[in-house]
Order: sequence, then structure tokens, then C-alpha cells
Amino acid sequence: MDMGTLPAGAAMSPAVASRAIEGAKMTSRKVCVHYGQKQALFDVDLDIPSRQVTALIGPSGCGKSTYLRCLNRMNDVIDGCRVTGDIRLDGENIYDPKLDVVMLRARIGMVFQKPNPFPKSIYDNIAYGPRIHGMAAGKTEMDEIVQLSLERAGLWNEVKDRLAQPGTGLSGGQQQRLCIARAIAVSPEVILMDEPCSALDPIATAKIEELMDELRENYTIIIVTHSMQQAARVSQKTAFFHLGYLVEWGDTEQIFTSPRDERTQGYITGRFG
Amino acid sequence: MTDAVFTGPATANGVAKLRRPDLSEGRIRRRYAAERRFRLYGILAIGFAVFMLGFLAITVILQGSSAFWQTRIALDVAIDAATVDPAGDRSEDSLRSGDYQAVVRDALRGLFPEVTGRADRRALGDFLSNAAGMVVMERVLADPSIIGTTQRFEVLASTDLDMLAKGKIRRDVPEADRPVKDQQIAWFDRLEAEGRITSTFNTAFFTTGDSREPEQAGLGGAMMGTFLTIVTAILLSLPISVAAAIYLEEFAPKNKITDIIEVNINNLAAVPSIVFGLLGLAVLLGFFGLPRGAPMVGGMVLSLMTLPTIIIATRAALKAVPPSIREAAYGVGASKQQVVLHHVLPLAMPGIMTGAIIGTARAMGESAAVLMIGMVAFIVDVPGSITDSSTVLPVQIYLWADAPERGFVERTSAGIMVMLVFLVLMNAAAVIIRRRFERRW
Repeated sequence: MDMGTLPAGAAMSPAVASRAIEGAKMTSRKVCVHYGQKQALFDVDLDIPSRQVTALIGPSGCGKSTYLRCLNRMNDVIDGCRVTGDIRLDGENIYDPKLDVVMLRARIGMVFQKPNPFPKSIYDNIAYGPRIHGMAAGKTEMDEIVQLSLERAGLWNEVKDRLAQPGTGLSGGQQQRLCIARAIAVSPEVILMDEPCSALDPIATAKIEELMDELRENYTIIIVTHSMQQAARVSQKTAFFHLGYLVEWGDTEQIFTSPRDERTQGYITGRFG
Repeated sequence: MTDAVFTGPATANGVAKLRRPDLSEGRIRRRYAAERRFRLYGILAIGFAVFMLGFLAITVILQGSSAFWQTRIALDVAIDAATVDPAGDRSEDSLRSGDYQAVVRDALRGLFPEVTGRADRRALGDFLSNAAGMVVMERVLADPSIIGTTQRFEVLASTDLDMLAKGKIRRDVPEADRPVKDQQIAWFDRLEAEGRITSTFNTAFFTTGDSREPEQAGLGGAMMGTFLTIVTAILLSLPISVAAAIYLEEFAPKNKITDIIEVNINNLAAVPSIVFGLLGLAVLLGFFGLPRGAPMVGGMVLSLMTLPTIIIATRAALKAVPPSIREAAYGVGASKQQVVLHHVLPLAMPGIMTGAIIGTARAMGESAAVLMIGMVAFIVDVPGSITDSSTVLPVQIYLWADAPERGFVERTSAGIMVMLVFLVLMNAAAVIIRRRFERRW
């Protein structure tokens, strides 16, 4: 695929940039991602507002997950993946070679598509992050962190009597909330969620969505989702990706009620994707 | 790009022909028949394997189980003071220099006073092992006060009498074709009738070293040699190969050099073991001058052999750890090393242990490599350290299989049984370890 032959996507960029948010938590400019020879993301300019939920939507393979994984440099661990452009967290370039990627990931937590608790006890799942970052001075402090994280993830009452049991023994929805609690435990500033509800039933999904609404008071959340209803329900900002381009982004309400681009219009009304 | 419309293939006349699956009875019958045949091949293959294994096991057990029992002759031995204590001072030196074989021989002759001819007396003496006096000496050393009395001893019989007692010598062949003469058979029958032929569990078989005499030959030396060799091999190969595998799998950049290393490791696994033996001979013995036939050298050579096996198994085990676990650990800010040590390695542990044990079990049965570095010598002493000359189980079996004496036939089979038991135990340990770890995670 050659950049020159591609239509409107590139032309949208200045318009997108003109609506940049002052004091955004994260900003990205001209972000391109290549997997080997194949380019997956083209010149993405996107600002993430602080303490809001930003939803990334678009058809499969549009690059929204790839973009999400750029934000905590998770793409670093993939062979042959190359990221160019400029991504900043609080004005600090996260691709600066001097920046410690491990510390970055402590500031930007991540929740994955499939619940992936460690095959350890519920307690150890939460305590692992704080432990490797030296966040607790003793057992009592660690207990506090574990309880607080589980409470914030709305899981404490369900698991408080079986903290020593393996996290893999929980139900899918509980496992996903455990993963959210694990991410919260290291006190990140931003939480990335990559389709966190795609493997869950509607009840578990509702719980996670409720949780996101509460978490937004303290954290900046970016969520990739295939469900437009979910994006409409939980997010304040929405960005629509298509074929590696950021087509349109703005307030969720505006995107869903009066999209500017006809591709966005086509996708949200279900004509393609 | 996504708007391409699928129109389907058009036929010549423009009307698409409707195709339906062929559900005719003959076709379905053929399909089921093919499936049944396929299963039958599998059952035949398994049946063949089980039959061969059973045949091997039964042959070995039938031939070898008698070696775990040793024939002894019960004799009333008069412990003559002058013979067993030549110095007459009851000191240990003097008692150790006594001729205990003579008192035992005298006791046996006493049972057959009618045997007088020189040749006959020698034939009678052939019933006794040349270590028959040992049991008397041990008792006398423990309690010198029995000197001068007559005591009952169960002394070690020679291999001929042992074979006769175990029915391994056929009596119906002409006298010239068997190792025992008619007269000896008559004496044996008389001893048996008197209840003097006993059979006891052969503990010496597991504690003593090799011997030229079948009735005295034991596996103890070879077992100890194998143990020392294998321990050396594990201590060397396990840490090296696990470290190499972790680096190659998790840290090394993927480029030409690592590709070449990987190909060579895989090739190394297929190198005939005798080549490793030659390498050990040339480098370890020739260049570094390490002791010949020592378990240390054997362990080094065998560790070279097990290295690729464990590396390959470890890499496979590391690769099998789901990427979601790595991502989860990276996601909370773990460093590469923490991801590997805290999450990937524990999950890969059962696979690593299985590979290590199976590699070691293979090394234990290895003979060609250790032959080259001199672990094939006739060694009577049980090795006490990794630098003593020693041999290993498969080589001991090979040596016994090569020996002409009839008594070594059963020892060979018994040696095979002991080695198979070791292998089964190790493989069972591999299974148990895998189960235990899997349950925990």
C-alpha cells in the first residue's frame, strides 16, 4: 500500500490537529507504525484529554489496537515493529531513548482483550506490580494496596475471603476486574483497555462499564472497542480509525450524532465494517 | 477496496449449477471403512510395539531373575587355630593372613571321605568359590574366640554349582559337553539331599564390583560409577543449557548468528555419541590430561550429549508459555528479566525438568561415548570419587555379555533389569514432576 495513492485520510490530519486540546494528558503527532514492510498506521495525530474516557473505534484491522499499544510502548516487544512520530505523556516524549520503558509502563497501565491473570493467587496478582516497584514497605502496606485496588475494581466483596486462591479460578468477568485491579495497583496515570469486554457476557460487561465510569475520576482511560454502543455509553471522546488512518475524532456525542466524514457516518450506521 | 462484490463462478450458459454434497450410501460406507482401517493400523502398531517390549522384558526376566539369588553350601567348618592364625597371636594382621579357604575345603572334603584321588579331590574343590573363605574370615575377625571350635557356615558356591542348582546346566547332554562331570552331579545331589544347598538373596550383587568369577561379580561398582557420572553430567549440563536456552529464546536478537547457533544446536542433538567420546578422548584426556576412565570425564562427555536435548526442550517449553502472561507482566511494568524469571521460567519449569530427565536417562544408557574415554576397563573396586577409575551400567552389561562363562549370562540379564528399573524410575520422576508443577500453576 502506497501513501501517495491514498485519499482523504491524510487530508483530514490538519483539520484534526486544529482541534488539539490544551493540556492534554497524552498527545501524538504523525505517529506511523510499520510491521516489517507493511505500514499499519499512517500519521496519527490524536490528543487524549485528562480524566476522561477516550474510545477508539473502527473496523477490524484499522490500527486502533496498534495505536493503543504504541502508547505504553508495548509494540517494543514485537519483532519487526517500528514506531515513528512523536507521542508525549504530560509533554514528555515517551520514545525518548533516555526514558525508562519500565517506568513508563508503571505510569500507563494496560488491560487486555482476554483476561490474563497470572497463574498465582488473587493476592499475588495484585501485589506483583507494587512489589517489583517497591511501593510497599511491609506486609500491612501491601495488604492495604491489595484491598484498595480490589475495592476500586469492585471485586473486594467477592474475593476478600479467598485471596489465597488462584486468580485463574475466577469467572471471566471477575478475572477481567482482577486485571483492572492489578493495573490500578501500581497507581498509573493512564489505563489502556484493549477490548476489555469482548470476551465477557452482558452482565460482566455492564459491571466493567460502570467501573470505567468511576475510574475516570482518577484516571485517564483509553479504550478500544468494537461495540459502538459501548463507546457511546462510556466515553467522552471518540476517535474513528479506518485502514490505518485516524479519520475523525471529537466529542462522543458529536461523532455519533453528526459525524463530519462519510466513512464515520457509514461505520456508525452499520453500512460497513 | 472492501467494496468488491462476490458474484460467484458463472457457468457457460450463464446459469450457476447447484452443487450438493454426495450423500450416496457407497461413498459413506467407503468413508467409514477408511476410518476403521486407519484405526486398525494404529492398533496394529501399538500391538506390535507392546509385543516386542513384552518379549524383551520376559526374556530378560526369565534369564536374569535367578542372578538375584546366590547358591551357598552349608558346611560345618572346624576353625583350626594353626591354619587361620599363622602367627598365633590373634592379631588382626595374623588373622587376615590365615588360609580360610583351606578350612572350608577341609570341611567339604570331610563330607566326602571316600574321595581320595588327587583329580577327584580337585573336582570336589571346584564346588567352592575361591571367595568361599571370606565369610569365615569375617566371622573370625568379629569374634576371634570361635577359633578352635566348629561352626556352621553358608559358604559361597562356585558358578558351576550355582548353575547346576539353578538348573541352568542340562544333565541330559553327554558328559564332555557340560562343565560338570557325572561324579560332580552325584556329589551335588547328595549335598542337596542333605539339605546343604541353600539359596539366599544376592545382596553382594548390588554392593561389590566386577570380578572374573561370575559368582563374585557385582554391579555395585558400575552403579556407583553411573551415579557419579550422571550427577556430574546433570550439574554441568542443566545450568548451562537452561541459561543458553533462556538467552537464545528471550534475549538474543534474531539474526544470522543466532540462526547459525540454533541450526548447530539442533545438529548437535543428532551427532553420534561416539563422536562425543572421541572429542572427550582428544580434548579432555589428551589435551587437559584428565584421569582416564573417571566418572568426572564421563560426566563431561555425557553433558555435551545432553546439552542440545535440554536446550531444545527448554526452548520449546519457553515458547509454549502463552504470550498473554508476558504481556500482563510487561503491562504492570516488569522488566524483561523480571518477566522471564518471575513468570515465564516458572511456567516453563515442568517442560524443562521433563527434557532434562529424559536427556539424562538417555545419557545413562549411553555406552559408546564413555567407551572412548576408558570407562570400559575391568575394575574391581567400587569408585569412591569422581576421579577414580570406574565403569558404568551399560558398559558393565556389555563386558559381561562378552564374557565366556555361563554364569555371566544371567548376570548380563540382571544388569539389564537393574538398568531398566533405573530408567523407568527416572521417567516416572519426569512424569510426577510435570504433574506436580502443572497442578500448582
